[in-house]
Amino acid sequence: MTSLRTLFAKPWIWSFLAAAGVWLVTIVFTGGASAAGLSQAALTFAAFSIIVGIGQMFVITLGPGNVDLSIPATMTLAGTVALKIMDSSNGLILMGLLVTLLIGLAIGIINYALIKLLRIPPIIATLSSSFIIQSAAISYNRGLRIKPPSALAEFTTATTLGIPNLAYLALAVSVAAWVALEKGIYGRWVSAVGQNMRAARMAGVPVDGVRAATYLLCAVLAALAGLLLSCFSGGAALNMGAEYLLTSIAVVVIGGTAVAGGFANVPGIWGASLFLFLVVSMLNTYGAAAGIRLLLTGTIIIAVIIAASRRPRT
Amino acid sequence: MTFQKDNPVLTVDGASKSFGAVRALNGLSFVLAAGECVGLVGHNGAGKSTLVGIMNGGTRPDTGTIRIEGNEGTGRYSVAVARKHGVRCVFQELSLCPNLTVTENARIAHASIRGFAWRRRAERVVRSKLDEIFPDHGIDCGQSVGMLGIAQRQMVEIAMAFSESDGPARIVILDEPTSSLDASIARQMLAYIRKFVAAGGSVVLISHILNEILTTADRIVVMKDGSVVANGPSSGFTLDSLVGAMGSVVRPRDAAAPPRDRTDTKPILSRRGSDSAPEFRAYAGEIVGLAGLGGHGQTETLVELFRGFGGDWKARTNIRAAFVAGDRHVDGNLPMWSILRNISITLLTDLTRAGIVRERNERAIAQSWRERIGIRTDSLDNPILSLSGGNQQKVLFSRALATRAPIVLMDDPMRGVDIGTKQEVYSLLRAEADQGRTFVWYSTEIDEICQCDRVYVFREGRIVEELAGDDIREDRVLAASFSTEAA
Repeated sequence: MTSLRTLFAKPWIWSFLAAAGVWLVTIVFTGGASAAGLSQAALTFAAFSIIVGIGQMFVITLGPGNVDLSIPATMTLAGTVALKIMDSSNGLILMGLLVTLLIGLAIGIINYALIKLLRIPPIIATLSSSFIIQSAAISYNRGLRIKPPSALAEFTTATTLGIPNLAYLALAVSVAAWVALEKGIYGRWVSAVGQNMRAARMAGVPVDGVRAATYLLCAVLAALAGLLLSCFSGGAALNMGAEYLLTSIAVVVIGGTAVAGGFANVPGIWGASLFLFLVVSMLNTYGAAAGIRLLLTGTIIIAVIIAASRRPRT
Repeated sequence: MTFQKDNPVLTVDGASKSFGAVRALNGLSFVLAAGECVGLVGHNGAGKSTLVGIMNGGTRPDTGTIRIEGNEGTGRYSVAVARKHGVRCVFQELSLCPNLTVTENARIAHASIRGFAWRRRAERVVRSKLDEIFPDHGIDCGQSVGMLGIAQRQMVEIAMAFSESDGPARIVILDEPTSSLDASIARQMLAYIRKFVAAGGSVVLISHILNEILTTADRIVVMKDGSVVANGPSSGFTLDSLVGAMGSVVRPRDAAAPPRDRTDTKPILSRRGSDSAPEFRAYAGEIVGLAGLGGHGQTETLVELFRGFGGDWKARTNIRAAFVAGDRHVDGNLPMWSILRNISITLLTDLTRAGIVRERNERAIAQSWRERIGIRTDSLDNPILSLSGGNQQKVLFSRALATRAPIVLMDDPMRGVDIGTKQEVYSLLRAEADQGRTFVWYSTEIDEICQCDRVYVFREGRIVEELAGDDIREDRVLAASFSTEAA
């Protein structure tokens, strides 16, 4: 009984319950025929949300006003440039990964430089840098559609032991993020900055270093997700990151991370990512229009924020 | 100078006010007559600001009554009633909207200016008063207040208080009005006060520049610990007797170590003073006090000293200085965390291997400090906000003392802490200092300043006096805190 109560006190439990509920409803509606297929699709698509969501989670945890709106543009630029550099050749995969990493680092540096040196609020800084990044992607790409290297295309679409490879990758990123957050000094610092930046500074937390590292981490994860997504879908597209603007923030909030900062939660991002994908596929099975889907997603996010603000935090 | 004590315009009778455990006013009575200027003086925390709050209706006393020209009843006294009866205030913290012009601010202050061409009328109201008090002020009323200098803003604020719209100003309360004015402007204002009073108005003047009080006020009221300790005509006071009245019976200095000879040792911390101000120095094993009235640059000095060690980008493995916050909600607490995590945050770099915090060591150290400093809680995992204020402050002390930092900077950390806790912390500090730690301690309480080996007194953002050994006495600190020259 007590163990059940502690389980229900966990901030991530609700997103998992919701995901499981929607999964069941969808399976029942389709007569149980698609259970395996639906689960695999959910894990695959959730993997992208999880990877960008973890970056966004650390940024949001930095405190009120901190959010990275350049994630979609970063995904697009990384996917576009990396595919062109790899030129469908398996021998250039390492080069492509390196370029992805560098793009992420460069965007992270630009974002924090705008925030710190020009004192622009993060929401404006990352939004304006995303216009520049998106323009760079457009001028670089010029409508070309280059196929990904066959090895990467296969890796991103295949499964191992019935579970998509991308889910393993997302798991690895999540475990590393969980360790950094719950066991590492980095997680303590991010949380301290998010609770009270001035107090954190006077307590000896390297505030600028922590914030810069967090924006870098978020951009690098977005770049990685962009590369994976473009390989998964057989080529980069200029609008491929668009839906991750809302998704990256939604999975963080639904997953139990505090919107006002100071408290983060990694497992919740899994539940929330699965849940969001399953809601969309459930509505698809019912044949709902795109407008209804967006409406429902927005309603869910608002409901979660209201519910979360009433819950006493431990 | 005429005394019209028989003609009171404002009477505060037996007012008491407590903020939590702190008793700010203690059954105080105060009478203001028509046509007099009363100088109100007292050290930090004497209750001056609370009394001002009660007179302008913003603060409601726990007990006692306030009457304004015969209007009985505490219940009904409010900001609106006070304003209707012509009570005006100029506060230390400026209250103008920086994004609006001088004229627009005048419109906000005077609700009666409304309708067609309000802008022209509002400008006339404020400009005529500015011209009257401060001839050649050179202020453009169409300019936004944020673009004005601090002195000009203060002038606008003063002019606004004396200006009239629906009703004339009859009682004007000025809380440190000259703090940002230069000498000649301040003289213009003081001259205007005399003129205003001669015409039958009443003024309450609060200033740390005692000569202003002595030359301008008809009567001086000295406050201490929420009560009036002296009240009489200005002619009955001298600078020395005024300083004496503010202080208490001179308390003996507890267990002062003999002043050590420092001529050939190098200071562990030093900071050049601006122009003629003395240099700040601190030696190993010393408790250095920063004294003076609140808000005269002590906190800024501590923050500058702390920031001088760097560490904004990369955590220092060997931290040089730790900071104990006084305003714990702003500078200290990490409110979502447990007591444990609040204690260990500064120490964290020492507890980390390969980026991972060693939680067992963390808990052991926090536990030992909990016992040593006596944090009253049944578990270190309780949230920090579950503790009383004094115990939260102990957590912040532990945070700094648990580190290896040779320098500890303290920003008036004993505010709102009970006397028992204070005594415990004093002896702890002394023991730590004897082992070679250096403390720089800003305090607004004279008892704490008397615990120090050496004291710097601050006034207007700079050090004005250095005291050591037997010179660290309340009267010396007070004399240096209050300027004796006319500004």
